[in-house]
Amino acid sequence: MKSEKGMKENIPILEVRNLKIKKGGITILHIPSLLINKGETLSIIGPNGAGKTTLLQTLSYLSKQFQGEILFKGEKIDSNISILDFRRRLSFVFEEPLLFDTTVFNNVASGLKIRGFKRDEIKKKVMDELDRFGIKHLYNRSSKSLSAGEARRASLARALVTEPEILFMDEPFSSLDPPSRDSIIEDLKNILNQRKTTLIFATHDRSEAIHFSDRIAVMNEGRIIQIGKTDDVINHPLDEFVASFIGIETILSGKVIQRYSGTFIVSIDGQEIEAVGEANVGEKVTLFIRPENVTLSTSMTKGKTSARNVFRGKVLKILPLGLFKKVQLDCRFPLIAYITNHSLEELSIQEGKEVEASFKATAVSVIRRSKNE
Amino acid sequence: MNLIIEGIKKAFWLIISFDPEVMGITFLSLKVSGTATMISLLIGISIGIGIALSKFPGKRIIISLINTGMGLPPVVVGLFVTIFLWRNGPLGFLGILYTPAAMIIAQAVIATPIVMGITVAAIQQLPDKLRLQILALGATRLQMVWFLIKEARLPLLAGIMAGFGGVISEVGASIMVGGNIKGYSRVLTTATVMETSRGNFDIAIALSIILILLSYFINLILTQIQQRELKVKSEK
Repeated sequence: MKSEKGMKENIPILEVRNLKIKKGGITILHIPSLLINKGETLSIIGPNGAGKTTLLQTLSYLSKQFQGEILFKGEKIDSNISILDFRRRLSFVFEEPLLFDTTVFNNVASGLKIRGFKRDEIKKKVMDELDRFGIKHLYNRSSKSLSAGEARRASLARALVTEPEILFMDEPFSSLDPPSRDSIIEDLKNILNQRKTTLIFATHDRSEAIHFSDRIAVMNEGRIIQIGKTDDVINHPLDEFVASFIGIETILSGKVIQRYSGTFIVSIDGQEIEAVGEANVGEKVTLFIRPENVTLSTSMTKGKTSARNVFRGKVLKILPLGLFKKVQLDCRFPLIAYITNHSLEELSIQEGKEVEASFKATAVSVIRRSKNE
Repeated sequence: MNLIIEGIKKAFWLIISFDPEVMGITFLSLKVSGTATMISLLIGISIGIGIALSKFPGKRIIISLINTGMGLPPVVVGLFVTIFLWRNGPLGFLGILYTPAAMIIAQAVIATPIVMGITVAAIQQLPDKLRLQILALGATRLQMVWFLIKEARLPLLAGIMAGFGGVISEVGASIMVGGNIKGYSRVLTTATVMETSRGNFDIAIALSIILILLSYFINLILTQIQQRELKVKSEK
């Protein structure tokens, strides 16, 4: 799924030039420029109504109500390449499975039938794809009798059996329970990886986006606020909105630089954080630190904590949060802590002042992003 | 009482003996109503889908007009078709008044709004995104419509049943534009009206039984298809 090394193809698979959508005189989407590279995974995150779905449906030419240009491999769609040709080289997975009222086999075969494949070819491709998604045994079942997870697998198989160059997914996992979600994501990752399929998907679930993507685009009010490598966006949110959306809790990305038995050290822009668990040196990981697990203190209490991770940082902002205050810190990485109103007063923490933040190694949850890097 | 028993006896004899006149009337009924239903399917389904899928101002007004048309009184249709086909009417040059062709036209006019109204409702009840999903699978517009028809096949089947049921049992328009000419434009309903008014209850009963059996069998076949589909749906 990593594409850093695979960028030698200069022509982006998809390019957006000055895309604008207006509704009733109001601009609801404005993307001045967007380049998507072959084989990369770009996730689009943002709150409901940010324009994620509109952007996906426009990029896939399902909605044509826009101004601007979209180029597929440098060819302008609808002039150098027909919309139908373009659509036959992509697939779109919606939030709902949207299966047809027929068997699983016929569902998965539909894209191939549309493309005029021969019957025996269809049979082979469909059964292979069902096998990849672990639902071969369901081929003769009515789509109406499937569980949510099975239906999602069937709809993914239907989308991928045509071997699209670009796969669009709009909140594909939001209605699944976590175990079936995780297993589907694993299967899908493998298949996309093998075929070097470009994936563009929208989600409002940050962990899903981090799990999956090479790049993240954060959208709000019809605009891309920030786009960049997943780590960069997570560790260096551009503004308040991105920070609040991506970093309601502290999310950090870094590399494992040392390993002990049961714990390891992660370097985040030179700062070292200790976490509990197994990970190999050189491995990329994402760390989550819940704000209620971060303790703040002034220099007077130094040395009295049992926490392994102690950082000095500057208070950027204090936001009221009911009985608590939310304190945004800059410890050369962004860190967020909750503190009771009482403690805040007692420690006389103010914006601009220096404090010491500490959290235990066990308070750091870890997502391993790559087995070998 | 004797009248009814004698009538039913005679009626069964007419049916069992394949009385040529009764058979001729039955086949003409099937031919006229079947053709009219086919025409109404072609027009009703294609325009119905077109309306359901497109956005235009006044769409709701059009749909409510179609729905009103689903209950068009056959005599009103008969009146207007007669006027149009009248010797100096707009379509008088065709010279088809008092022919089976005129009856087909009148019955198609009756059945088309029924089929169209049910088609619009059937397509509109499909999720909006389904259309986008079909397009995203690479479908042409025609392929998309075909997929939608397949998805809406159960309510569409109901539309066919309603359309055919409406015209096979209709009498007003048929008698007005067909003229109930013996051996030429006489169908089950018009013949029943005539024989009843003459007091030939035996023949009238025979014709009625055939009419009921006919619409029963055709609906039985369609219902069978529909129920089998529903059963597949609810299995497991």
